[in-house]
Amino acid sequence: MTTGYAPITIWAVLATIGAVTYGFRLSFLYVFGGNDTIGDRTERVLRLVPPAVLAALAIPAIVTVRPSVSATVLDERLLAGVAAVAVAWRTEDILATIATGMAVLWILRFLVL
Amino acid sequence: MHEDLYAGLRDSLPFHLGGIPYGLITGIAAVEAGLTLGQAVGMSVIVFAGASQLAAMELLAETAPLAVVVGTAAIINVRLIMYSASIAPYFARQSRRVRAAAAYFLTDQAYAMSVMEFDSDRSRDRFRYYLGLGGAIWATYVLATGVGVVVGANVPPELELSFTVPLIFLALLVPVMKDRSTITTGAVGGVGALVGAAAPLNLGLLLGALAGITAGLAVDAWGSP
Repeated sequence: MTTGYAPITIWAVLATIGAVTYGFRLSFLYVFGGNDTIGDRTERVLRLVPPAVLAALAIPAIVTVRPSVSATVLDERLLAGVAAVAVAWRTEDILATIATGMAVLWILRFLVL
Repeated sequence: MHEDLYAGLRDSLPFHLGGIPYGLITGIAAVEAGLTLGQAVGMSVIVFAGASQLAAMELLAETAPLAVVVGTAAIINVRLIMYSASIAPYFARQSRRVRAAAAYFLTDQAYAMSVMEFDSDRSRDRFRYYLGLGGAIWATYVLATGVGVVVGANVPPELELSFTVPLIFLALLVPVMKDRSTITTGAVGGVGALVGAAAPLNLGLLLGALAGITAGLAVDAWGSP
């Protein structure tokens, strides 16, 4: 699927995301001197942002809910994802995780299913 | 070359192993979303935050509402506030101009590596070290994005290289799920986004993430006396 937006709109989106992102990076570096720290509560919320967002990004792209349980579980993307999680957990290595997930996906797609 | 700038460059080397494929995938995803070479490379220069770029391009490809595209990218990058707060004390004596420049190069990798180095070697010229490290990470990522656009146009679609994107998210997710509250957050966030996938305006991701954070905070509150 390719975007339906015009080039000028794309550039405006990129500029907006860039400005917001730079604002986040600059926030404490610029506004606060070195001695200020963020509060405990804010820090607790910020700590939860990465797992929340990453899981919300990954899971819908890997899991496809189908009419039967077996069709949902025996899915090439889901099986590749499970293998990738195992490798990520053992190695914490991004490259090894990608390589495993793609290898399992391709084996299932071109050789097995 | 200044000794500390060189030390930063040298310490960036292990990160290119991950950064180059990440940039390539960003370029390939840009082609799939219908972005031009200029837009793809421009995005890596302007935004310079891989996970948010991948998510934004996926939503742009679906022609999702612009507020959802920007909002999703923003929530992915909120963690940079945490890094900014954490690294600020190390740059407290620098001028505001130097701190503004340092902010641009703030990434997961540059943050993690430089804070570790600043703690272990207090005599370092911090800005030069950080610039060597962050600048090298930046250069390979931006270059790799361009290469990805050129290469990506020739990849057969049945290989489904775009599946590397959720795999990257998984690889980043697993190490941050390390205690009760973060595991709860991830589980609820993922299931919430899956359930919310049917929600209008591609709001599933935001709703799932918010549900995950709420659940994690509840576990935090439950666990503390």
